[in-house]
Amino acid sequence: MPVPEPTPLERFLNGILPENPVYRQLLGLCPTLAVTAAMKPAMTMVGATAFVLICANLITSLIRHLLKPHLRILVFTLTIATFVTIADRTLAAFAYPMSKLLGPYVPLIIVNCMIISRCEVCSSKQGPKAALADAVGVSLGFLLALASVATVREILGNGSWFGIQLVPESFPTLILMILPPGAFLALGSLLGLATWLGHRRRARESAAEAGSV
Amino acid sequence: MELFADLLLIAIGAALVNNFVLTYFVGLCPFLGVSRRLDTAFGMGCAVTFVISVAALLSWTMTEFVLRPGAPLPNWVWSSLNPAAEAGEVDLSVLSYIVYIFVIASSVQLVEMYVRKFFPPLYKSFGVFLPLITTNCAILFACLEIMKHVVARDWGLPESLTLAIFGGVGFTIAIVLMAGIREELELCEVPESLRGAAITMIVAGILALAFMGFSGIGANVEKLLNP
Repeated sequence: MPVPEPTPLERFLNGILPENPVYRQLLGLCPTLAVTAAMKPAMTMVGATAFVLICANLITSLIRHLLKPHLRILVFTLTIATFVTIADRTLAAFAYPMSKLLGPYVPLIIVNCMIISRCEVCSSKQGPKAALADAVGVSLGFLLALASVATVREILGNGSWFGIQLVPESFPTLILMILPPGAFLALGSLLGLATWLGHRRRARESAAEAGSV
Repeated sequence: MELFADLLLIAIGAALVNNFVLTYFVGLCPFLGVSRRLDTAFGMGCAVTFVISVAALLSWTMTEFVLRPGAPLPNWVWSSLNPAAEAGEVDLSVLSYIVYIFVIASSVQLVEMYVRKFFPPLYKSFGVFLPLITTNCAILFACLEIMKHVVARDWGLPESLTLAIFGGVGFTIAIVLMAGIREELELCEVPESLRGAAITMIVAGILALAFMGFSGIGANVEKLLNP
């Protein structure tokens, strides 16, 4: 008997934590490292990525019966590229300084493996309802990941959060954290922390199970 | 001579000072995925360098003649269809992302066929990562950088190709260094929760820190060439 496809609700919840794109699947690392020196660009990036992911997931889910196996990746990429062009032009029209700041990383959403993997895993197999739920869930997971990295980097590197000064300006800041090496170090430590928390919870669960038996 | 100086600066910039992986964070998937063994890592670096050069050549051609604002080909077509048109009014740059993806996907297909035919063991060890070069941000990133400079009219073909080739060389340097470190890391006692991606990421951070030292080279070479 084939395993039943997950329901929309399961898809939605899975995307946030159990299949978190960054922490669990290590997908979409390029924007996670590149635009997280501060919260504002990180959140703009999440917005653009979520828009592209939701639209691309819906479209591929609607045309899933027409897809030929050997051409599907190309179709996914072209769909994504179309929506990225829309997002990029919109951003350049209405938020020009932000678009300048993000630079090549907006067009690089096209090659964000996270989006292609969602098209491949979910929306090319299930209907639009599940695809939409999946896209929203994964976008929230991506939001969580980028927000965590950007929070650590902006507070340590700049002493502020979302541009609001948190610690006094005279306080020494770790400039390293807003430079490229800081991104690797912050994400590496957060990945370790996430694994450690996961291990601890699993240990506690198995201890509880042993206790109840 | 001036061209040579420019090319040297672009080459040092792309390979060392602004290393694609360690400064721009592009090409991280293979950097983390294929850096377990030295020989595979080197093969991957060469494949990416080759694909990046082919894609840069094609995308420079497309940008110069078709995509940039005021490009000759679409303007010629448009003005022959519509004699009342002003010169250089057609701008197809909105299509550039789609065209680049097409160009990259086809050059990856080319490399895949070539490697499968002539280097079967290498083909096997790449596995899924070879088609994944298509979604390697490093290649699209190089195309976008080239587009930026071609639209601004300050780069020709030699500059674009230099950026692409030395960007690929920089990627190879980074991934080979990483693979060397990871081979040693296998023998070390790593805390359990840091095993796998986390420790690789932290090592990459230290590597990036070391590469920041190269920024002095860039500045000094520039001073030497333009006293």
